[in-house]
Amino acid sequence: MKIHEFQAKKLLEDYGVPIPRGQIARTDEEALHVAGQLGEGPFVLKAQIHAGGRGKAGGIRVVDNVADVGRIAREMLGKVLVTAQTGGEGKAVRTLLVEEAIRVGKEIYLGVVIDRQKACPVILASSEGGVEIEKLARERPDRVITEFVDPAVGLRPFQASRIFYSLGLDQSMARLLMATVIGLYRLFLDKDCSLAEINPLVVTDDGDLVALDGRIVADDNALFRHPDIAGLRDISQEDPLEVEAAKHNLNYIKLKGNTGCMVNGAGLAMATMDLIKLAGAEPANFLDVGGGATSQMVTEAMRILLYDKDVKIIFINIFGGILRCDTLAQGVVEAARELVTEIPIVVRLEGTNVEEGRRILTASGLTFTVASGLADAAEKVGEIVRRIG
Amino acid sequence: MSILVDSGTTVIIQGITGKEGSFHTAQMVAYGTRVAAGVTPGKAGQSFDGIPVFNTVRDAVEETGANASAVFVPPRFAGDAVMEAIEAGIDTVVCLTEGIPTLDMIAVRQYMKGKDVRLIGPNTPGVISPGSSKIGVMAGYIHMPGRVGIVSRSGTLTYEVVDQLTRKGIGQSTCVGIGGDPVTGLSFVDVLDMFQHDDGTDAVVIIGEIGGRAEEDAAEYYRRHMTKPVVAFIAGMTAPSGRRMGHAGAIVSGGKGTAAQKIDALEDAGITVVRNPTHVGDTLSDILSGKKKEQHL
Repeated sequence: MKIHEFQAKKLLEDYGVPIPRGQIARTDEEALHVAGQLGEGPFVLKAQIHAGGRGKAGGIRVVDNVADVGRIAREMLGKVLVTAQTGGEGKAVRTLLVEEAIRVGKEIYLGVVIDRQKACPVILASSEGGVEIEKLARERPDRVITEFVDPAVGLRPFQASRIFYSLGLDQSMARLLMATVIGLYRLFLDKDCSLAEINPLVVTDDGDLVALDGRIVADDNALFRHPDIAGLRDISQEDPLEVEAAKHNLNYIKLKGNTGCMVNGAGLAMATMDLIKLAGAEPANFLDVGGGATSQMVTEAMRILLYDKDVKIIFINIFGGILRCDTLAQGVVEAARELVTEIPIVVRLEGTNVEEGRRILTASGLTFTVASGLADAAEKVGEIVRRIG
Repeated sequence: MSILVDSGTTVIIQGITGKEGSFHTAQMVAYGTRVAAGVTPGKAGQSFDGIPVFNTVRDAVEETGANASAVFVPPRFAGDAVMEAIEAGIDTVVCLTEGIPTLDMIAVRQYMKGKDVRLIGPNTPGVISPGSSKIGVMAGYIHMPGRVGIVSRSGTLTYEVVDQLTRKGIGQSTCVGIGGDPVTGLSFVDVLDMFQHDDGTDAVVIIGEIGGRAEEDAAEYYRRHMTKPVVAFIAGMTAPSGRRMGHAGAIVSGGKGTAAQKIDALEDAGITVVRNPTHVGDTLSDILSGKKKEQHL
């Protein structure tokens, strides 16, 4: 789960990491008020969205005078910001973070992630902050410091010290930098993060250390034990169809395409999307109905797929195994009847009672194309897409 | 022959009295798995279909000598349940649970160090040696005993591939679901190594997906150590980046972990990668019958 920059900064502050002075604003009046409190300026107005690339898209504006804050805030708020990372539909800007502008000296990268193979947290640091760390790690791996944390004993002080010495900072910054590293790591652990990142961590003109930008991604699987973090969720940053699907325990991700799909199992769902593409069509979504594809779930899933007006054909791919195909087929028929759709539906069923399931579909009188196998289903999807254009 | 489970494997079911545990215990018993006991705290003395229930794994192991365990325990407690099985001396733990916090799995991996135990999962359909034993939720009837090993991060996609193979008369030695989470017990590399040393396995199918480096590591292991042919399919060529595609481990982060990168790494090492998931059976069949030269570099 993603959270906003201002929320990440508040957490960083709780863990002893210095952040710029600032407050959030939801209206231009609030922005003006905050700026007034901060002092003379210049100020930075930062759009709070769950995506990066804000700077290049006009989502981060430096304002020299208080007099201009209201106007700039008005320009930014209530708009949809499209960045290189938001996708074409962009993200709604409902909140700004209004901060004092900081005179930036050196920029450092500091982040904590999980190393899957070693099964431990790893701290990444670089004296080249402010850039895309993955790009840096790829092109100049020698510029990225890696410290693996032994889960048995946690982050050791000597590791924080090693990170400090590889960053090439003045000795006077040692305690501050090490405290920041330790604070970030503790935050990562305490709150069950997938990622905790300060990019850039800057050395100011006055020799202070400040987290200019903070990014935290929480482990979805651990939210049950962090109600405070779960409470930071911002639905305005999520696709409304995806939010609706989640309410029905459907794992749905909206894409842009003509073929809606409904599958049981994430791996099979991804493979189905791949197959749709290979068949010459364009997957409109990812949708995993999970292990309990009841009639009700199937109806809800189809309803979600049909909301997407780009969807011209639906492909249902269920490998039942233990799940009974006749029960499932009944659910599919009921769903199609209730939703009264004209859209062609290709159904591929496999599993217990499959023959009975296929019979129920064919006998329903509805526009089902019943496939005899997955390859057959993909071919039929391709044919229909070509036919309806 | 097979790896990990065979007709001698004796299983205890942690969470046997729960909805999932009870249903799948009956399925496993029907398949022929030797289920010796169940564990649900507070339900000692009860019996499930003639299977004795105990309060703790230690009690169950002491009483029955079981050497494997299936964990059907909710995410909140599953990590602890796995550790309990490890501590009690179980040597093969299968954790079916989806939704375990990653840091809990890191603690489990830490706990495993220095102990003689194999963990399969979490977030897995389990492991099956067709005709002998299954620990998990997969439908037995689609499998067929044979000499091809399968190792997969997926559930139903694995069934899809197994079904293709069985219909072509290609049986399976053992099918292992390593699970869809970012931190797992056995990795692709671990299982490939087992298959390489298993007299009952002639070839292997890898079913991978986006996220992490498990397939890249497998490619490296194959290049250095494997002599048996491997066919792979990697799901997620059409997955968008930065989104978690169902599985906790299926996410392309910072441009890394894409299906294309994995396919490159695998092909580079000499593994045959199938682009169309419905072609796995045919491709494997060609390789096994010698029609297609599998290029081992």
